[in-house]
Amino acid sequence: MIKVKINGQEQSWDGDPDLPLLWFLRDEAGLTGTKFGCGQALCGACTVIVDKEAVRSCITSINDVAGREITTIEGLHPNGDHPVQKAWRQVNVPQCGFCQAGQIMQAAALLMENPKPSHDQIREAMAGNICRCGCYQRIENAVHLASTGV
Amino acid sequence: MNFIDNPGKLRGFEKNIKVEKVSRRSILKGLGITGGFVLAAPVMTRQAFAYETGAGKMPHGIVVDPRVFVAVAADGTVTILAHRSEMGTGVRTSLPLIVAEEMEADWSKVKVQQAHGDEVKFGNQDTDGSRSTRHYLIPMRQIGASARTMLEQAAAKRWKVPATEVKAVNHAVVHSGSGRKLGFGELAADAAKESVPSIEGLKLKDPKDFRYLGKGQVSIVDLHDITTGKAQYGADVRLPGMKYAVIARPPVTGGKLVKFEPEAALKVPGVEKVMQVRGWPWPSKFQPLGGVAVIARNTGAAIKGRDALKLTWDDGANGKYDSVAYRKELQEAARKPGLVVRQEGDADAALKTADKVIVGEYYLPHLAHVSMEPPVAVADVKGDKAEIWAPVQSPGGTREDVAKTLGIPEGNVTVNVTLLGGGFGRKSKCDFALEAALLSKELGAPVKVQWTREDDVRHDFLHTVSVERIEAGLDKSGKVIAWRHRSVAPTIASTFAAGANHAAPFELGMGLVDMPFEIANISCENPEAAAFTRIGWFRSVSNIPRAFAVQSMVGEIAAATGRDQKETLLALIGSPRIVKPAVKDLWNYGEPYDSYPIDTARLRKVVELVAEKGEWGRQVAKGHGLGIAVHRSFVSYIATIVEVAVDDKGKLTVPRVDTAIDCGTYVNPERIASQMEGAAIMGLSVAKYGEISFKDGKVEQKNFDDFQVIRMDESPTVTNVYIVPPGPDTPPSGVGEPGVPPFAPALMNAIFAATGKRIRNLPLGKQLEA
Repeated sequence: MIKVKINGQEQSWDGDPDLPLLWFLRDEAGLTGTKFGCGQALCGACTVIVDKEAVRSCITSINDVAGREITTIEGLHPNGDHPVQKAWRQVNVPQCGFCQAGQIMQAAALLMENPKPSHDQIREAMAGNICRCGCYQRIENAVHLASTGV
Repeated sequence: MNFIDNPGKLRGFEKNIKVEKVSRRSILKGLGITGGFVLAAPVMTRQAFAYETGAGKMPHGIVVDPRVFVAVAADGTVTILAHRSEMGTGVRTSLPLIVAEEMEADWSKVKVQQAHGDEVKFGNQDTDGSRSTRHYLIPMRQIGASARTMLEQAAAKRWKVPATEVKAVNHAVVHSGSGRKLGFGELAADAAKESVPSIEGLKLKDPKDFRYLGKGQVSIVDLHDITTGKAQYGADVRLPGMKYAVIARPPVTGGKLVKFEPEAALKVPGVEKVMQVRGWPWPSKFQPLGGVAVIARNTGAAIKGRDALKLTWDDGANGKYDSVAYRKELQEAARKPGLVVRQEGDADAALKTADKVIVGEYYLPHLAHVSMEPPVAVADVKGDKAEIWAPVQSPGGTREDVAKTLGIPEGNVTVNVTLLGGGFGRKSKCDFALEAALLSKELGAPVKVQWTREDDVRHDFLHTVSVERIEAGLDKSGKVIAWRHRSVAPTIASTFAAGANHAAPFELGMGLVDMPFEIANISCENPEAAAFTRIGWFRSVSNIPRAFAVQSMVGEIAAATGRDQKETLLALIGSPRIVKPAVKDLWNYGEPYDSYPIDTARLRKVVELVAEKGEWGRQVAKGHGLGIAVHRSFVSYIATIVEVAVDDKGKLTVPRVDTAIDCGTYVNPERIASQMEGAAIMGLSVAKYGEISFKDGKVEQKNFDDFQVIRMDESPTVTNVYIVPPGPDTPPSGVGEPGVPPFAPALMNAIFAATGKRIRNLPLGKQLEA
């Protein structure tokens, strides 16, 4: 039996320990905010925060995070008012929106580590998250806004 | 020769598309306002507004009826149906916003509800071709005006005053004489009893009184849900007892399963069943490829189970498809005369007598859509009834195809449209929903079919592969006197009909025969090309290779004559005029030419605007260069300037992009800007990385590592967007697609300016490093 804490709640799993965390979250726990984009840690759509680090849940097995604390987009802020989320709305970042949960989690993790990232630091830290609609200019502006106070 | 005659939409093109006056009787069960009055023809008239569109010619045309699209509740909540699919353009917000504007509803009291697939009820629902705003601006205004009029009539009756004395203002109706006021909610029940006014008699708002339209201050309705993970995409649908499936499909288009050994897969924890999926012979429009499905309790187990399958395939006739060899075939075809599709003057003779002939041969490989949400669908089939939840651009077409595939009446199929995690044309094809329907029927349980990224890259309906060859003949003064453009590429029609090997009219009309330059001798030709995989619409479609070729050639002419790119471009566009290409039945994006002609004054205007705002001719640093390109597509006009920087090692960066768009009358300039910003990124992805190639009939790429797209660290540092203010009654035109085509040629013209290297073969890849 594998135990994990997701958004503050204990969850357990007695199936395949190699099951990617992504599919545990989406299909078993019903937390569909975390998205499947590539399955190979190439696009960042599945990004969640494990303890304080951004992690690609598609290549992280449920066993790898046993006993750890996982935050998904649903648990980032009780009212959805994390500074990154607020900044995202102020800048009207999303087009289709599918990658945005992953982008937001990556940005939130970046700001935990580096509260005032530079232009180049934002572009580098966010480079693992693909947006096919091409919202990058707004993502960068929103991260900058979140870092300076929304 | 196999020409496709239907100039409109290929949907349903295996039969004759019947454009019918839809029976209004079937729409009486509306959203909430019900009544006995049935609207006559939905066709718009000259009295109502100043232009006509091709909306009425789409399958099922348009429906203008407030009872179908609008409901007012007693508490004042106004519900407006969005009948188009949201894939990132903002249409789910924009169309209801038009209704709210015209009916004087307060947007904060409006709820948007997504319509299911039912074209008899809602009119055409195909969200493609950059058509939604241009076809629905006026119908949505008419729907809003009808609802407003019904509310006003109800208030006038209540107060026993003439209707001319009352007016709807911001979610209430007021009486001018007495100042009395009734909220929309208070009038809802009475308004529902009012007859629906005739379209001809409707009074539309004066645009100067607009609160929302053209302002760009309203955010998309899904913004909060998107940022909190609550937004529902196709992949997010969960039903009680739902199974999870992935499918192993034939690696070669048209291939067949010979045998499968399920034993190892069935041992994977969580895997419940392995079963064959029916496939259709190629080509068969959007029917599934077939293969073997692994059914499991979660997607992870299904994927692991599929990895353990042992499969034997017969690759069939397309097993020889090889992109290296095919490219040579296309080049050879482009060097010989082909079917003449536009002829003015005598290009052959003029090329022979020209002082100088410049030849450019431009190659664009296949492209995959790779929307961030791979194809996915949920189906629940019970007996002769089917319910689908899917991110589809064409819910009406999906409904038709599910019914046909299962052999049940269309009325027994419900298609629920979720948000689309990107579409770009991929989700105009409903194959993934058909797979889910077939599996659910077989399983007797709801099932979600999830495509992996590898499935998506390997089994896409790809953008075609093309060679565009242009010969430009110049006289002694440097003036272009002859233009021959041969365009050779497998056609989208090949996905519908075996042996289709010439471009369909709608493909010819995307940047080939509609070429706007003022040149005396023009020949446009279309040599044959056979298809060996599934070809489909990709955002901007044939405009991408055509604009790349034509606008690169402008740069080549500028270089050959030692003139400025922009001046060369304007000289080629020539005088402000309406272009009348000598083309029989010119395809004009399905629009009447009177409303949407090729207007070189507008084309010149976007060039001049972007040149002014984008500071064309500015001094740039060493290793930097500026390039410009313009293209009309989806009846909009877009010009783009790209600044590039190329370092000593050939590394490319893009410090700045400027784009000007003239899309006529517009609804939401903020979303237009976001579409243009995104188009620059997609254009850069196409130009720098875009390539799907085949070997032994199989796609060589699989995921974002070998089919790369632009990431943030290589995206343009800044993209500026300028929107041309519309003239009075300028019809609205496309936004979703037309931003992409000018990007690649502007980029390549900039690279030439920076390095002296002319890139004619896409993608750029490592060509600058050589």
